[in-house]
Amino acid sequence: MVLVLALGDLHVPHRAADLPPKFKSMLVPGKIQHIICTGNLCIKEIHDYLKTICPDLHIVRGEFDEDARYPENKTLTIGQFKLGLCHGHQVIPWGDLDSLAMLQRQLDVDILVTGHTHQFTAYKHEGGVVINPGSATGAYSSINQDVNPSFVLMDIDGLRVVVYVYELIDGEVKVDKIDFKKTSTTNSAP
Amino acid sequence: MIGDGAEDEEKWLAAGAAAFKQNAFYMQRAIDSNNLKDALKYSAQMLSELRTSKLSPHKYYDLYMRAFDELRKLEIFFMEETRRGCSVIELYELVQHAGNILPRLYLLCTAGSVYIKTKEAPAKEILKDLVEMCRGIQHPLRGLFLRSYLAQISRDKLPDIGSEYEGDADTVIDAVEFVLLNFTEMNKLWVRMQHQGPARDKERREKERSELRDLVGKNLHVLGQLEGVDLDMYRDIVLPRVLEQIVNCRDEIAQYYLMDCIIQVFPDDYHLQTLDVLLGACPQLQPSVDIMTVLSRLMERLSNYAALNAEVLPYFLQVEAFSKLNNAIGKVIEAQEEMPILSAVTLYSSLLKFTLHVHPDRLDYADQVLGSCIKQLSGKGKIDDTRATKEIVSLLSAPLEKYNDVVTALKLTNYPLVMEYLDNEAKRVMATVIIRSIMKNNTRIATAEKVEALLELIKGLINDLDEPQGPEVDEEDFEEEQNSVARLIHMLYNDDAEEMFKIINILKKHFLTGGPKRLKFTIPPLVVSALKLIRRLPVEGDNPFGKEASVSATKIFQFLNQIIEAVPNVPSPDLAFRLYLQCAEAANKCDEEPIAYEFFTQAYILYEEEISDSKAQVTALHLIIGTLQRMRVFGVENRDTLTHKATGYSAKLLKKPDQCRAVYACSHLFWLEDHDTIQDGERVLLCLKRALKIANSAQQMASTTRGSTGSVTLFIEILNKYLYFYEKRIPQITVESVESLIQLIKNEESITSDPSAESFFASTLRFMEFQKQKGGAIGDRYEEIKV
Repeated sequence: MVLVLALGDLHVPHRAADLPPKFKSMLVPGKIQHIICTGNLCIKEIHDYLKTICPDLHIVRGEFDEDARYPENKTLTIGQFKLGLCHGHQVIPWGDLDSLAMLQRQLDVDILVTGHTHQFTAYKHEGGVVINPGSATGAYSSINQDVNPSFVLMDIDGLRVVVYVYELIDGEVKVDKIDFKKTSTTNSAP
Repeated sequence: MIGDGAEDEEKWLAAGAAAFKQNAFYMQRAIDSNNLKDALKYSAQMLSELRTSKLSPHKYYDLYMRAFDELRKLEIFFMEETRRGCSVIELYELVQHAGNILPRLYLLCTAGSVYIKTKEAPAKEILKDLVEMCRGIQHPLRGLFLRSYLAQISRDKLPDIGSEYEGDADTVIDAVEFVLLNFTEMNKLWVRMQHQGPARDKERREKERSELRDLVGKNLHVLGQLEGVDLDMYRDIVLPRVLEQIVNCRDEIAQYYLMDCIIQVFPDDYHLQTLDVLLGACPQLQPSVDIMTVLSRLMERLSNYAALNAEVLPYFLQVEAFSKLNNAIGKVIEAQEEMPILSAVTLYSSLLKFTLHVHPDRLDYADQVLGSCIKQLSGKGKIDDTRATKEIVSLLSAPLEKYNDVVTALKLTNYPLVMEYLDNEAKRVMATVIIRSIMKNNTRIATAEKVEALLELIKGLINDLDEPQGPEVDEEDFEEEQNSVARLIHMLYNDDAEEMFKIINILKKHFLTGGPKRLKFTIPPLVVSALKLIRRLPVEGDNPFGKEASVSATKIFQFLNQIIEAVPNVPSPDLAFRLYLQCAEAANKCDEEPIAYEFFTQAYILYEEEISDSKAQVTALHLIIGTLQRMRVFGVENRDTLTHKATGYSAKLLKKPDQCRAVYACSHLFWLEDHDTIQDGERVLLCLKRALKIANSAQQMASTTRGSTGSVTLFIEILNKYLYFYEKRIPQITVESVESLIQLIKNEESITSDPSAESFFASTLRFMEFQKQKGGAIGDRYEEIKV
């Protein structure tokens, strides 16, 4: 059982003061093995904070990020799964699942995690899964009118991944979960 | 003792202790053989060692303790003697035959203790006799220890209420008188030590006095523990007498220690009820006494008392504790003209904390304290003392911590005036404290007025102030400060649109005059606040006032223009560029075509003139194309101009792969699912073909410059785009064009070997297969492609 935290689009301090306190109290150091972040933190303080939750931190560059050294996209392998990470402003039309699927094929990953729209989505297609953890702070978005703070926790166990999405709606944290199983024959490039 | 070294002292002590031990041994032998005469003889000899002048208090104490232990044995012996028939009165008489006065008095006290225990005479008479007799020793050190001995052995024999020694003749008043007399004499001796010896030894003497102070203070402890000393007795007898001695002795060390002793020893409610008497003594003390600490500790005790016992709060009001303390402090400061600023501020700081604890709802009291403080600070000019500055910061932080609500602190009219006395660095520190308090408590600042007041308080962070030559603020610190100001902006919020508009205008006024370095931190959150406000406005059609309303989308867009145009000059053109595009999207939602067009124009100008870094251009172009793709508000003409520019920029990017990708991204500008008028298959195809051309030339370049055949990835990406549009049944995207592209890729692949491109192609083919399997309209479409 490997826990992977996926979050992004915090936009601190431009669009939000900080993560919601209820989220902060859930994100306890030592419980999570990896963090993948879709970008737009935007400041070093947030980077440092995420590092305290888990030292294995992967970040890609959002268009408002202060640190220009983050890569445009990243791939990593966790257990049996290949994950791809990209902020998403590079994929046009923004939020278009077919275009995102193309990126997924290009990166050759089972799970693609992107952001930018500040809207949680989890979309399964024959090539794998596309996940958007939304905005962890509920930051303003010109794309999405109604943003609730949200983040995603993935539990990777063998060929199965359970995706838990945590959303803060009207002051209460609501949890939902989605199951994905990978068939071992897909995406096996030699 | 002048010139005696420590080793000499050790020698004396050793010698004295040896002689002492010897006599103690013989005394014990006499006791064991019931030989009273010898016991007295040897005990007197033993006690003679205490007649020495050669020991420091520390060492003398050593000897004293041994004597104390031995005298206990003697006392037991005396007790037994009286039981065996010896008259205690005779015993009392007998001990006075000792040759030297000091041993005589120690023996007398010991015998006196036994005498009291036999109850053959009232305790008070014996005690009176003893305390008077001790006057025979006027040497400070020896006298202090002797009287201390008297205090120790009499402790359990005082005729307190409920004590076995209480009787008709003996009451607690007698006990009190005894202790007070002993105390007074001890204090006199203690004070006399100050003047013994030459001036150059003063420091050493003061240190020695300090070691002895608890001997004097013990008497007050005893008084505090007597059951019979109730509030009335304390107020009428004990306190006035003690204070009299304190004031009259005119000794700085004694006064400080004893005032503090009173405060610590006696119960808090006594202090409350005798507040004016206690405070009245303060101005009468020596000017050099650290009265500030004494008063601070008093206020601290009273604060804690109030904090732990809510039911006593009315008493505080009853005795007008606050005004008495306030006046007393005023008098003290007046009396001590040389009092440094630090002391005055510390006093007011303690008073403020007291007020906050005891009268938390009385903002007027707190304000009064600040006002008094200001009076003291004015006329002293700028404060140089860093400790004083720290104390002022502590003073100002106290209300924030107590109220947990900056808004309440803002009600204190004197608060900002006190802040004026801080230097710029301290102002920044204070501003940070205020912001932290707001963030921690999630305080919402909801009116324009309060925002204005708050900004005034934190102006150290918002403005360069008037000291351009001040010490350079550390770069990192500056960023942190500005980021905290940025976060603060999200707390300034009101649901009412008009009020909110006022708030953002106030912020704009302050930020635009705050100096260029701050703009890139402060403007973005302000922009977001404004954009959020637009969303909350009723749709313009529903608003009866339309565009004439005090708050309208138009006005806010004007506002946005005004604040963003300051940003590129910072210089932060990338930031301004992004902000313009955000505003364009907002204008799109509000259906404001000219405003949206204007924002795009500004963004394009920045792109052309300021964004020259290749990597930055790629990202900027993604943002342009992405935003433009979402625009629905533009008419044909405007739209054409903007897309034409966008495709132009795409083709002019430096690196061919970037060009290729930007150009095929532009294809999405010509086909919008939900908009019938924007479905131009021709232009889509044109884009894709152009992208192919670029990809080709990129291949050729790679083979000529590097000898390799370059990557086939671009072709695969373009293929995916072809499939995207093919699936949507755009007539211009024919099945043949798809097939020929697939063929092209296969050819390229056989020449090159690029594993990631291969897997990309493989997954694309898999995707096509999968779509075929779907059946229905999509399945048919893919069925037609021959791979």
